[in-house]
Amino acid sequence: MTSAAPAIIQPGTPVPDFTLRRGDGSEFTRADLAGNTTVLVFYPFAFSPVCTDQLNVYDEVLDDLHAAGATMYGVSCDATYSQTAFQERLGVRIEQLSDFEPKGETCRAFGVYHPSGFPQRALIIVGPDGVVSWSYQAASPGELPGANLIFDALAASAGANIA
Amino acid sequence: MSELRSAPVPPLSPDDHQRGPAHGPVAIEYGDFECPYCAALSAQLAQLELRHAFRHFPVRSSHPRAFAAACAAEAAARQGRFWEMHDLLYADQGRLEDPHLWERAERLRLDLERFEADRRSASVQERVRGDFRSGVRAGVVTTPTVFVAGRIYAGRFDVGLLAPAEATDRRRSS
Repeated sequence: MTSAAPAIIQPGTPVPDFTLRRGDGSEFTRADLAGNTTVLVFYPFAFSPVCTDQLNVYDEVLDDLHAAGATMYGVSCDATYSQTAFQERLGVRIEQLSDFEPKGETCRAFGVYHPSGFPQRALIIVGPDGVVSWSYQAASPGELPGANLIFDALAASAGANIA
Repeated sequence: MSELRSAPVPPLSPDDHQRGPAHGPVAIEYGDFECPYCAALSAQLAQLELRHAFRHFPVRSSHPRAFAAACAAEAAARQGRFWEMHDLLYADQGRLEDPHLWERAERLRLDLERFEADRRSASVQERVRGDFRSGVRAGVVTTPTVFVAGRIYAGRFDVGLLAPAEATDRRRSS
């Protein structure tokens, strides 16, 4: 049996129901996205060096992201405690959301669960209406998507809303 | 909306810090003075017959002193000593606190008052941020990232990846 990964959720698709855990253990669900532009950064593992670079650079442009009206979250299947330690180790402000139990359920719902048991490296932007406005999956977990791609997508969404 | 959308890496300009032969291949590096791989790359590039341009890409959350070090290099540049400071910073990356920066400035016989004022000035900090933002727009996510002949090389860099036609190894040619 082949275990081909499903496709990442596509623009125009309403966000499915999901439950993630914040650092304090509380739930983060679809309702938390309403009214905001949200950037979800799915990454394979806490503490892997590649993720470190990616989140560090995104953190450096976080003020620009906020100025563009967006809020960013990191998502992985690591436990909440691991994510908190990871965030503190990196010194980044990006809030982390855990997809630990049932493991990978949210990643599956967004079509970014790697067959080997971790999130694909992927970016998903959800508009204030709860609909996916952009999604991007790296060609491999080792590829780091630049922050420029996020700003391109936000600008395109803003342009589409104006038009 | 702030301007961080994709844009090509800016071509070499007179404002860039650059050294090496005036003609021939150009390597534009986005680097961070607290990054050990950048230090290794710098030593490797110095062995090659190519023009090396350095742009700042300090990531403060991973390297807390990188921004201050970048500003120190820019302040040295205001006194014509960018590359000397660049080399001194890479030579001892474990010592990047303010007193260590002042020591380097003294070794380079810089005007210390001017150095101190410049490195904290808005224009120097804006220069560093400008380099960083141009890197973000060009897709830089990690250091070192090097652009050579329109190709991007990210992360741990093997100068052997450069085609022989693009760079000549000074050690072999001397």
